[in-house]
Amino acid sequence: MDLNTITTVAHPQTRAQLPVWAPGDAWLAGGTWLFSEPQVHLTRLVDLADLKWPALTVTDSHFSIAATCTVAQLDGFVCPPDWFAAPLINQCCRAFLASFKIWKTATVGGNLCMSLPAGPMISLTSALDGLCTIWKAGGGEQTVPVADFVTGNQRNRLGTGDLLRQIDIPIAAMKRRTAFRQISLAPVGRSAALLIGSLDSDGTLTLTVTASTVRPIQLSFPKFPDANALRDAIEQHITDELYHTDIHGKPFWRKHMTLRLAEEVRDELLSATPS
Amino acid sequence: MSFEVNGKPYSQAPRAGQCLRTFLRELGHFGVKKGCDAGDCGACTVLLDGEPVHSCLIPAFRAEGHAVTTIEGLGGDSGAHPMQQAFLDAQGFQCGFCTAGMILTCASLNQAQRTDLGVALKGNICRCTGYRSIEDVLLGKTNVEENVEAGAAFGRSLPAPAGPDVVRGKARYTFDTQIDGLLHIKLLRSPHAHARIIAIDKSEALSAPGVHAVLTHEDAPTILMSTARHEKDWMDPEDTRILDDVVRFIGQKVAAVVADTEAAAEDACRRLKVSYEIFPALIDPEQAMAPGAPVIHPDRTTANRVADAPRNLAAETHGEFGDVAAALATSAVTFEGTFHSHRVQHAALETHGGLAWLDASGVLNVRTSTQVPFLTRRALSDIFELPVDKVRVFCERVGGGFGGKQEMFVEDILALAALKTGRPVKLELTREEQFIATSTRHPMRVHIKAGADADGRLTALQLDVLSNTGAYGNHAGPVMFHSLAESIAVYNCPNKRVDGYAVYTNTVPAGAFRGYGLPQTLIAVEAAIDELARQLGISPYEMRRRNVVKPGDPMLSPPPSEFHDVLYGSYGLDQCLDLVECAMLADGPQPDLSPEWLIGDGVALTMIDTVPPAGHLADAMVALNDDAGFDLTVGTAEFGNGTSTVHRQIAATTLATTVDRIHLRQSDTAHGGHDTGAYGSAGMFVAGKATHAAAMQLATELKAAAASAWLCDVGSCTLEGEAVVSGVRRMSFVELAKLARERGQPFAGTGNSSGTPRSVGFNVQGFRVAVNKGTGELRILRSVHAADAGVVANPMQCRGQVEGGVAQALGAALYEEMVIDADGRVTNPKFREYHLPSFADVPRTEVFFAETSDTIGPLGAKSMSESPYNPVAAALGNAIADATGIRFTAPPFKPDRLFPALHDKFG
Repeated sequence: MDLNTITTVAHPQTRAQLPVWAPGDAWLAGGTWLFSEPQVHLTRLVDLADLKWPALTVTDSHFSIAATCTVAQLDGFVCPPDWFAAPLINQCCRAFLASFKIWKTATVGGNLCMSLPAGPMISLTSALDGLCTIWKAGGGEQTVPVADFVTGNQRNRLGTGDLLRQIDIPIAAMKRRTAFRQISLAPVGRSAALLIGSLDSDGTLTLTVTASTVRPIQLSFPKFPDANALRDAIEQHITDELYHTDIHGKPFWRKHMTLRLAEEVRDELLSATPS
Repeated sequence: MSFEVNGKPYSQAPRAGQCLRTFLRELGHFGVKKGCDAGDCGACTVLLDGEPVHSCLIPAFRAEGHAVTTIEGLGGDSGAHPMQQAFLDAQGFQCGFCTAGMILTCASLNQAQRTDLGVALKGNICRCTGYRSIEDVLLGKTNVEENVEAGAAFGRSLPAPAGPDVVRGKARYTFDTQIDGLLHIKLLRSPHAHARIIAIDKSEALSAPGVHAVLTHEDAPTILMSTARHEKDWMDPEDTRILDDVVRFIGQKVAAVVADTEAAAEDACRRLKVSYEIFPALIDPEQAMAPGAPVIHPDRTTANRVADAPRNLAAETHGEFGDVAAALATSAVTFEGTFHSHRVQHAALETHGGLAWLDASGVLNVRTSTQVPFLTRRALSDIFELPVDKVRVFCERVGGGFGGKQEMFVEDILALAALKTGRPVKLELTREEQFIATSTRHPMRVHIKAGADADGRLTALQLDVLSNTGAYGNHAGPVMFHSLAESIAVYNCPNKRVDGYAVYTNTVPAGAFRGYGLPQTLIAVEAAIDELARQLGISPYEMRRRNVVKPGDPMLSPPPSEFHDVLYGSYGLDQCLDLVECAMLADGPQPDLSPEWLIGDGVALTMIDTVPPAGHLADAMVALNDDAGFDLTVGTAEFGNGTSTVHRQIAATTLATTVDRIHLRQSDTAHGGHDTGAYGSAGMFVAGKATHAAAMQLATELKAAAASAWLCDVGSCTLEGEAVVSGVRRMSFVELAKLARERGQPFAGTGNSSGTPRSVGFNVQGFRVAVNKGTGELRILRSVHAADAGVVANPMQCRGQVEGGVAQALGAALYEEMVIDADGRVTNPKFREYHLPSFADVPRTEVFFAETSDTIGPLGAKSMSESPYNPVAAALGNAIADATGIRFTAPPFKPDRLFPALHDKFG
């Protein structure tokens, strides 16, 4: 929709050209959320497009996703054959409530910064031990794991004027075996619980719970758990107040779906454990 | 800025925060529609460098250096794109408002996406079709009949006349017009559920740039009215002012700003300083009649047609036939239960809104998105004390209605602003305004008691209904009465009792909604029939057969009705029950489901009067043109109901011609005559009858003219193949047109219909569902619907109306839910939070028609747009009960609502 209070759009090409943050400013990445709701408190957009950050970069140690990388660019990336976690990318993209048309515009960074419980890029990057790089408003950088970046429903670690630059995923994480489960109130609706299990080379099982909880919750099991141990760990670490409630799912149901999907994830990965 | 649209270069610059959607429309590309303006519905889809995007989410400045293709440019100069043609062949649209976006999206799908349409099309909402016809498009099916000979149109699957314009983005909806000097209206809305406006300081707003007027209750006529439009004004209470000094729900309009641009009007709204005296608010309908409850309309009396203002009762009814209590005490089996139907929204993809201007002759013109142009004209004439001929209300094509546009929500403000400023004005509601400030379905609590004897004969039926009409009583009484009428009148039962209360609350008003109260009571009545049958070991079908009315049986619901004009013009309920039972038993693919899935069947039926009571009027005119075609003028509006197609079929059949020779003019008060409006499925049953009468009269005239020329008996003349024929003599319509020119008097016929007597239509819905006891998920394995529509005027369209009704009802039964918080605020006023059925959510429904011919309806036809909605939630509830052994009584039947009881029962 038209954002009628916007009077100017800045188009910085380098970090040095980023304008001094002022009240009424907003970063514009894809704009798919920004333009979807009235934003009467805003007067200036700072367009990130002209910074021309490379969308996806692979180094020896990391798979780097620029905050401005679109969902479609990520989904279209052809992963090396030994990145066993590669299917997670498409699975998480498909978990978007929005269709493929939005993927062309919406960005990975935008999804993280929205910090909705059901943000599937949060699910993806937190499950793969992604590390956020934040350009601090006052200069300098800060890194924080994605799982810690999101602190609650639409809450995160960004301070005023801070800018999410990129998410770095360790190559080792891309090589893990993974299992994905998701449920929602409608066949292609918004995720009410999205669980990802991953199996490290040393046999460690990491379960990442998103969508059902207000923030990503990761549980790590150095020794592959049996069903009871998994259930106990979830019940111990995910207390009732951590379950999210809104029109997309009541907390009682989300909790039980979390327990159920966790067991399905465990069961799937059991067959992949080194015996 | 330099960019291309449809191959042509442009250099205009957008505003800083403008989105591509409005930019393209400002450049004249009206094919780009606004459904939600938030990226959820896909109606605004365009291609950006060949890739589909939602233009409402794209900052317009990002079009720089890129090529945009809108629906108008998809086909290029050479004609229709294959996807546009495919939409015509399969008729993959009804109102057509989503169609441009749907076509552009479908044209972009690759082969992989075409194999998974549920995912590929999740960003495109169609509120009308139920998606089957859209799937047909992608399967390359042709559903339209071609080469239908003269005089044979009725009963054939002919395409909608507007189709070619709809698929090319040329069909003009309410806002698809350019008016020079147009001013824009934005409304300041109440943040309080109940308050008196003490003062409005307009000074800062009036001094803002571009502001022409600020209108408040001080500027508005003091006349009391209802936003509801009915042929008879007495049907609704007078409890509403255009702008009031008391606000009774969050979202009620407080002031209207008229400015050069929407941006300026919005800005000025923010500069208005309103001081309120806040009153206690009544949110919970259960509290409405409690002593000490806040009184919402203290000054209204029965003289204003408010039943009992001190008890917050907009309407009330009580009645009993026989002795229900005594019958229940001696019945072999009884059932008692309380059912809650929730608040849902019409979600027509075109929002409410319109344009108004005074023309050179001083006529107030209102171009608006309405189902009732003539009743709106009458209301504006009354309110502003203007002669009827000084007000013109019209619509071209309307983007969906579903009852929501049987109201006057914007035309009054438009008229006020046009009259005050003397300028053309526009008001286009946002999607959020649709949710918080138009109308919804009436939420109802229905308590039922029912009994039967050992043979399964009903002994008692008792309904106690609490209907929440919200802050205003538009449709409060009629919906409540309707909910208590056909729902139990369809059953023979010696003892019946009803108690109905329509209560005011400080919430968004409820209003007319497809089904008009029946779905909310049917879910209780049809559950009771099933529960009694279960106790007696009788099949649900047999139980219904033993109890439903048959021709000759009185159709009764207490208290005694003052209207005695409902007749069995035809009767197909027996066939509908047989058709559904048979189809449910038929072999089909066996679902591959784990034992966690519990499977069950359910059925429900509905009867509906084919016309609303107390008069529903329609005039029609038809005239032979110079070119031997015909001008047919009707008042009824087209919003996806398909009546435009059917009116042409009726006229072409009666006049022995083909539909392409019938030029339809519609829904414009300037054309003369009267039409109560397109609601209660009257567009065909009532207005179609008028068209038939007009065509019959013209046929008589044509025959008389030929007989007079031939000096033969007019009784020997017939109409055949675009000519009058008598024996070997033949006078073509071309010759008759020439004759008319020579005698200086055109051949014309007029017809009218008064909507009485009325007939009854029937629908039966069957579902087979699977419910996962571990997750609460529900899958519909089979959906079967039988409809008694009399002689089916257009099988393709009628099937579409049934499918669309089932889909919309499934939305309400499974997903859609307006949530109102303790303060009275709608917390989910957007499609992202209000899940409309998408392609993936709607099963294919097998549709069957009873073979009947109605003695009252035009050419044997009956209405069939509203009623397919009615039995759906009830049938689904019955199927879930059959599958799980648990009677769920409060839709929507979402997994998180089903799960707790399933978990309790199955662990």
